[in-house]
Formats: sequence, structure tokens, C-alpha cells
Amino acid sequence: MIKVFERPKSLTDKPFHYCPGCTHGIVHRLVAEVMDELNIRERTVGVAPVGCAVFAYEYFNCDMQEAAHGRAPAVATGIKRVLPDCVVFTYQGDGDLAAIGTAEIVHAATRGENITTVFINNAIYGMTGGQMAPTTLIGQVTATTPYGRDKDRAGYPVRMSEMLATLEGSAYIERVSVHDIKHITQAKKAVKKAFETQLAGKGFSMVEVLSTCPTNWGMTPAEALKWLETNMIPYYPLGVKKEVE
Amino acid sequence: MAIKDKLSGNEAVAIAMRQIDPDVVAAFPITPSTEVPQYFSQFVANGQVHTEFVAVESEHSAMSACIGAEAAGARTMTATSSQGLALMWEMLYIAASLHLPIVMSVINRALSGPINIHNDHSDSMGARDSGWIQLYCEDNQEAYDNLIQAVRIAEHKDVQLPVMVCFDGFITSHAVENIELIEDEKVKAFVGEYKPGYHLLNKDNPIALGPLDMPAFYFEHKRAQAECMQNAKKVIMEVAQEFEKLTGRKYGFFEEYRMDDAEVAVVVLNSTAGTAKTVVNELRDQGIKAGLIKPRVFRPFPFEEIGKALSGLKAVAVMDKAESFSTAGGPLFAEIRSAMFDYAKDTKAINYIYGLGGRDVRADEIKLVYQDLIDIARTGQVKSTFNYLGIRE
Ligand SMILES: Cc1ncc(C[n+]2csc(CCOP(=O)(O)OP(=O)(O)O)c2C)c(N)n1
Ligand code: SF4
Repeated sequence: MIKVFERPKSLTDKPFHYCPGCTHGIVHRLVAEVMDELNIRERTVGVAPVGCAVFAYEYFNCDMQEAAHGRAPAVATGIKRVLPDCVVFTYQGDGDLAAIGTAEIVHAATRGENITTVFINNAIYGMTGGQMAPTTLIGQVTATTPYGRDKDRAGYPVRMSEMLATLEGSAYIERVSVHDIKHITQAKKAVKKAFETQLAGKGFSMVEVLSTCPTNWGMTPAEALKWLETNMIPYYPLGVKKEVE
Repeated sequence: MAIKDKLSGNEAVAIAMRQIDPDVVAAFPITPSTEVPQYFSQFVANGQVHTEFVAVESEHSAMSACIGAEAAGARTMTATSSQGLALMWEMLYIAASLHLPIVMSVINRALSGPINIHNDHSDSMGARDSGWIQLYCEDNQEAYDNLIQAVRIAEHKDVQLPVMVCFDGFITSHAVENIELIEDEKVKAFVGEYKPGYHLLNKDNPIALGPLDMPAFYFEHKRAQAECMQNAKKVIMEVAQEFEKLTGRKYGFFEEYRMDDAEVAVVVLNSTAGTAKTVVNELRDQGIKAGLIKPRVFRPFPFEEIGKALSGLKAVAVMDKAESFSTAGGPLFAEIRSAMFDYAKDTKAINYIYGLGGRDVRADEIKLVYQDLIDIARTGQVKSTFNYLGIRE
């Protein structure tokens, strides 16, 4: 019998703790498949965030370090400077990367740190129970915006990919989505490209993945995928934001 | 008429905040304090308070925004836990040194690392030298009562210092218990209108806040800060007396439980005091003269009062839910023992560090502590001064 599908070697056997329909699991798998395909598992170090992906160190079958909330890019910088031949990636949510850790991601990109960031944008603080994040859409209901985010009170959602693309140190920035098979395939290509950018020593690379949080959005998994497609993509346009040759 | 209700600690302090109706709340979510700003944001959205609520991007910014708001003359409040308090560190000292009477709920949680979301006191104990007044609470009622009193203490013209009101994560913050609330108008009348001591853009008194302070004056300014802390002792008692008139509930620097003729006693903060009281009752039933002291005010430290309260006892065990890594006991022990050196020299003192990272402490374990004290009282011998409770060695 020929095996046509198996668990990536870069994932452990541990079952994910994520809620049903949460897209964190899909993105974990994409990252692991890319690590397998590039044959880099043995020399990869991942930095886990604080957020729902706090247990990422249980799932990725490579060395992992846990960072304090938002500090992953700075921790990754330290690792990469000491182990330049290793592949170093951070895996961060939008609270981690676009709120408390904004300074770290901006300055890792500014310095052109040769690391890769996988950025999960689900427009909410998932782990703490669904409060407004800087990425929350105008009108979106959260635990701290019970009548929807009001721009006069809480400002506008931040587009991190566009912002980081303006920095000279960024080598590759792309925004993708995982709401259907076609987009999941594209997302995997982007993740691979980001790791290849690091392997080529070109500088900072990041893939922003538009993701769902059905639990805190108060939707079924299917509704959440639809909501992502119809509400998030218009505000957060997909595509390559920066690519240096 | 007091309002009887059933609330979690977080709900209770959020309601106190609604009744106080501060001008500004700036906060960032962190377990287990998240619910406080979350409930409060709903009061804001419903127009039940006039507060400017700012959902900032981190605790460092939360405390910075509180400092700015308070400096601009606004009554300002926030809430946090653990890593959030740790990230505020830099700003805590600045808030205190600028004499800004910010009031913050600290819902106690262990500090990383290793990462842990459960209760111990390492967060607020680490902030004990930041210049903030610290009040500790056994249950939801005390959290509610202390938060209301904190506003008056902080803003008193002789004090003008920030206050943190500390209570146990999950145990107190999430467990629902009976509570007596005070009517909205009475709380409003009790805290009164905020009249800042000084503030920005006061045309009669233009000021610069937080300028560089060189060796010529820095020391005097720190001395002045310590003086305000000293004044706080008197003010804390005055406010408590007024609060007792309003509610019938009595507060002091610490609670003395069955201490009148006690020979042995445990000193312990927050919710564990509740468990320990049941042990005291059991021991009393057996004719053992056991008592308990539960500090409420840790900053300023009631050095003389607590020292005297422990004099005449045969043996005392101080229980610390925080490790100081001094190798000479936890932070509460160090201070209590120092007070005993002046006021209770003949009383033997031992330390137990317990419950780190949310490890449950059971009544039968607290009984072991009392058993130790009973042995010391009988033999006059201390076998071990520094101990850990309920741990695998
Ligand atoms: C200094 C500090 N502040 C706050 C927190 C609490 N906290 C934990 S996870 C989180 C938000 C996570 O949201 P996000 O990064 O979007 O990840 P998600 O859970 O949605 O995957 C927050 C605020 C913390 N751990 N440390
Ligand atoms: S809370 Fe949201 S982000 Fe977290 S695991 Fe559940 S669905 Fe995913």
C-alpha cells in the first residue's frame, strides 16, 4: 500500500487544544509541512507567543522557546545572532504582535533581522476571552466593545503588513488567508517563500494569516470562515506587500 | 439599606468602579483581572458612567496613560495581574514619585517563569518598594470595601499616593460569594468629588511634572515621599472609621482573629486567612490557644502595631505566598520578624512559603503549621525556621 498522506514530521503527536474550527491548527500544519519540505526541522528554532498558541512548543517538533507576551521577535533576534545557521521563526497572534509587542516586531524588521514571523490575525484577543484588539474591525462586537468598535472611541484597525512593508529591513511580507482550500494552498506557498527568504539571508520575512476565532466571534466554524472572507479581506487585502529580489 | 447580592470579586470591584465613576480608566486585559475592565467597559458602553475608557496596547501604556490622566487632574483607575503589573514596573515608581493618587486593583497571580496563571503574591510583593500603598483582601467583600476606601486614602491631601488593592486570582476574583453593596449615592458621597492637589494647565499654578532631579534635591524628594507614606497610616485609620459608620464593617491595619489570649498564631495574607480561621476554630474547640493575624495594610507597614500584637505569644508562623530568594524566608516574614525584634523579642518566629503558582493549601496542611507552633511553644525549641508547605522535596 502506498502512503499518500501523513502527519508532517515537524508536528508532534500531541492533539491540538484549539477550539473546533479554529484556524490556528491549519497554520501549524502549513508551517510544519514547509519545515519538512525544506528539510530544516533539525536546525529550526521556533519562538512561541503568549496567546492561544502559547502551547506551540508542544506541537512543533523542533526546539522551541516560550517568550513573554509580545517579545518573540526580540527573543528570536538573540537566538539568530548566536546561531546564524539555524532557521528561527516566531509564531504570534495579533495581540502579541500588533498590540503589546508592536515595538519588537517593528524593530526586528527595521534591523532587517533574518528571521521569519508567522502572524495570526484573528481580529481579537482570543486567549483572554475576546476583547478588542488593534486589528478588530470597525463595528465588530467584542467583549470590550459590546455595541461594536467605534472609531471615535477606539480608532482604526491596524494593517501590520502594509506598515512593515515600508521598512527597508523587510525582505518579504505577504498577507494570506485560510478560509478555503485555494487560499490555504496559497498560504502555504507564502510560508515557504518566507522561510526561503531567511535561508537566502535576505532579511526579515513575515506572513500575515487572516484567521478565525469562532469561539470569541460567537459563530459556528463555517460562519466564521464566511465572515473572514466577507469582512476581513476587504479591509485587509491579500497579496505580496514587499519582496526584495 | 445595604444591598445584598452574590458576586465574584471581579464583579464586585467593577461595581465599585461604576459607583465611583472615575474620569479615566486605561487598561489591557490579563487573566485573572481581565473581567474588571471588561465589565467596566460595558458600563461605559451603556452610558452608566461618564468615564473615558482607553483600551491601550499594553500595561506599560496603561499605567503611562493613567499617569497622564491623573496629572491632567482626572480621577483615574485601572486593574491588572502578574506580567501586566511586571510590565508596569517602570511606571509604578513614576506614578508614586509624582504623587498621583491612581487606584488599581491587583488580582494576584504568579509571575513568569515558568508561565502560570494561578494565584500567588509574587506580583504585588515585587512591587512593594515602588511607593504604592498596598491593601490586601480576604474575599470579595473586602475587595469591594477596600477599593472604595482606597480612593479616599490615595487622594487625601496629606497622602497623595497611588494605592493598589490586592486580592487572590481565581479564588477571590472568580468565586461567587455573598456580598453587601452600598447604595450608589452613598458611595459617591463617601468618595466625594475629586479635587487634585496639583494638575497640569492650572493657570494659578503652572507646573512641570517629573523633571530631572539631581543629587542636590532627589534625596529630599524621596524623603518627602516617605513622609506621605507615614501620613497614610493616620489617614487609613480615619477613612476606616468613617467607612465603619457608613457600613458597620470594621477595618484596621490588620485583622486579629481570636488573638485575645492566644499563645500561638499564624500571620497570613488574603484568602488563605479564611481557610486558616477554620483551623483556628477547630483548635480552639480542642482547648488550644490558637489565633490568627491577617495584615490588610502592607504598605505602609504597621511596624509597631503588628509587633505589639505579636508580643506575649509563644510562637508565630508567618506564611508567605511569594518566594524572595533571599534564602532567609519570604517578604512578609522578613518584615514581621523585624518588627518582632523590637516588640516581641521573646516570641519565636518561623516562616512557611506555600501555594506558589496556585498550589492549593488545605486546612490539614495549615494544621501542620499550627502543630509546629504548638511543639515550639511546648519545648521552646525551633527545629527549622525556613520551611515550605505542601511541596514535593
Ligand atoms: C504583559 C502581559 N499582558 C497581558 C497578558 C495577557 N494576555 C495573554 S494572551 C493575550 C492576548 C492574546 O491575543 P492574540 O495575540 O491575538 O492571540 P490569540 O489568543 O487570539 O491567538 C493577552 C492580552 C500577558 N500574558 N502578559
Ligand atoms: S479562543 Fe479563538 S483563537 Fe483561541 S483557540 Fe479558540 S477559536 Fe482559536
